[in-house]
Amino acid sequence: MSELFDPARWRPAPFLPQEETRDGALVFVVAVLCFLACVTALGVIAADRAARGWSDQLSAEATVIVRPRPGETPDGAAAKAAEALAAVAGVTEARALEPQKAYDLVRPWLGDVADLEDLPVPRLVAVSLDGHKPATARALETALKNQNLDAIVDDHSLWLRDVQRAAGAARGMGTIIFLLIAGAAGAVVAFATRAGLAAQRDVVEVLHLAGAEDSFIARLFQLRFAKVAAMAGLIGAGGAALAGALLRLLGGSQGLTPALPIAWTDLAAVLPCPLLAAAVAALAARITAGGLIRDMQ
Amino acid sequence: MSRNPIAASANDHGEVVRFDDVSMRYGRGPDVLRDLSFSLEPGSFQFLTGSSGAGKSSLLKLIYLAARPSKGLIHLFGHDIAHAEARARPELRRRIGVVFQDLLLLEHMSAFDNAALPLRIAGARPAEYRADVAELLSWVGLGGRMHALLPTLAGGEKQRLAIARAVVNRPQILLADEPTSNVDQEMALRIYRLFVELNRLGTTILIATHDQDLVARSGRPSMHLEGGRLSQRPPQGPALS
Repeated sequence: MSELFDPARWRPAPFLPQEETRDGALVFVVAVLCFLACVTALGVIAADRAARGWSDQLSAEATVIVRPRPGETPDGAAAKAAEALAAVAGVTEARALEPQKAYDLVRPWLGDVADLEDLPVPRLVAVSLDGHKPATARALETALKNQNLDAIVDDHSLWLRDVQRAAGAARGMGTIIFLLIAGAAGAVVAFATRAGLAAQRDVVEVLHLAGAEDSFIARLFQLRFAKVAAMAGLIGAGGAALAGALLRLLGGSQGLTPALPIAWTDLAAVLPCPLLAAAVAALAARITAGGLIRDMQ
Repeated sequence: MSRNPIAASANDHGEVVRFDDVSMRYGRGPDVLRDLSFSLEPGSFQFLTGSSGAGKSSLLKLIYLAARPSKGLIHLFGHDIAHAEARARPELRRRIGVVFQDLLLLEHMSAFDNAALPLRIAGARPAEYRADVAELLSWVGLGGRMHALLPTLAGGEKQRLAIARAVVNRPQILLADEPTSNVDQEMALRIYRLFVELNRLGTTILIATHDQDLVARSGRPSMHLEGGRLSQRPPQGPALS
């Protein structure tokens, strides 16, 4: 058998033993963390898209409440308001809503009253705004005032602010969760590096005594854990992409709820995960190994 | 000024190793080595003797930079190691070959990989050293066992492999700690002849052993450790042929 060995075809063996029983557990933990990070990222993207959709919808419309003055009929006042508003620059359409809509709005407060028509219930005018150059609430108010109409303009800015604040909070929470997961992954790798160094203490000692520099040995552990984390990242990202695809298939473009509309392109967000996992692991292993190797000297 | 920490002060004093009043202790324990002063000239061949626990391994550890003295000055190749920068230590270690008492071979590697280790660490490319390592392994009698993994090697084979690894990058000094303790008489003599051959090629040799018979038959000078103190002993007879 010995004559089979040909030095010319010899390839160097890895400096560190390849079989490591702890690697399986490490791959599992990092894969789970990567899965959670990717699901968080997909959730944030979907929530952001929903918030943008709602914002666009809200900012493209305004509602005007018209109260009839003495001597005016509610319907007449609403028609006059719609006509005045339609002439304002930045308004694409102004339409007085059917009285029934106004009745529906006040009915919860007044109960099922039969003769609502006899009450001076304000009418509603729905205003569609130009998406590029929308008319301001002030312009609408001025137009109404010029016609001596008693009306209140609701440009939805209150709701818009709330939706934008909610979207910002979702983004912030997502970023914090993502950073926490990355930190947890780094800590797990740091523990694994510590355990790996303890298990390979003899190898590290031999490398040291054979003239290896601290950085050379630290790099071995850095590469090892970067590879493990990249593999785990691939598994975690694959799992999250699968979950996202399932959600998209089951719920269509709306996802499972309108609050989480998932697009196929969103799944690309998981692509950097293996690289990020490898980078976090490499950094954690390098810092941990560097410190421990210095202490070993 | 050179950026190489070794080359920067390469004005060697002529001695490979010089100890000036060196003591050493482990932790807060008593001194295991006391006020040692000696030097090793380039190309010299010395034994280091003493009973078990006399401090032979500790003295070797000081030389191969695996321990620090609690007192005194150590010069390696003319460099005061107390003032050598941390980054200079690996460079100094590469100039020292060590055959450890417990061999410290890597179990997951083949004989060839173990022997080539110092060259790989030094950054040499496989194409540059493949033939040399194969030749060296043949020279120590492991030509037919190059591919063998460590657990399959016999005690004597491991001993010779440890020697091959220690000399593969042509160190200026070879330190051997009880290199014949686990081998029979015939193997011990073979290993000794290997050291003599290396010495002829210019390597300074220091062998720690308690084999007084080998020391007596070698006709080489020795340093004797007792109670942490060192005494020089002249050759005890003509050199072994």
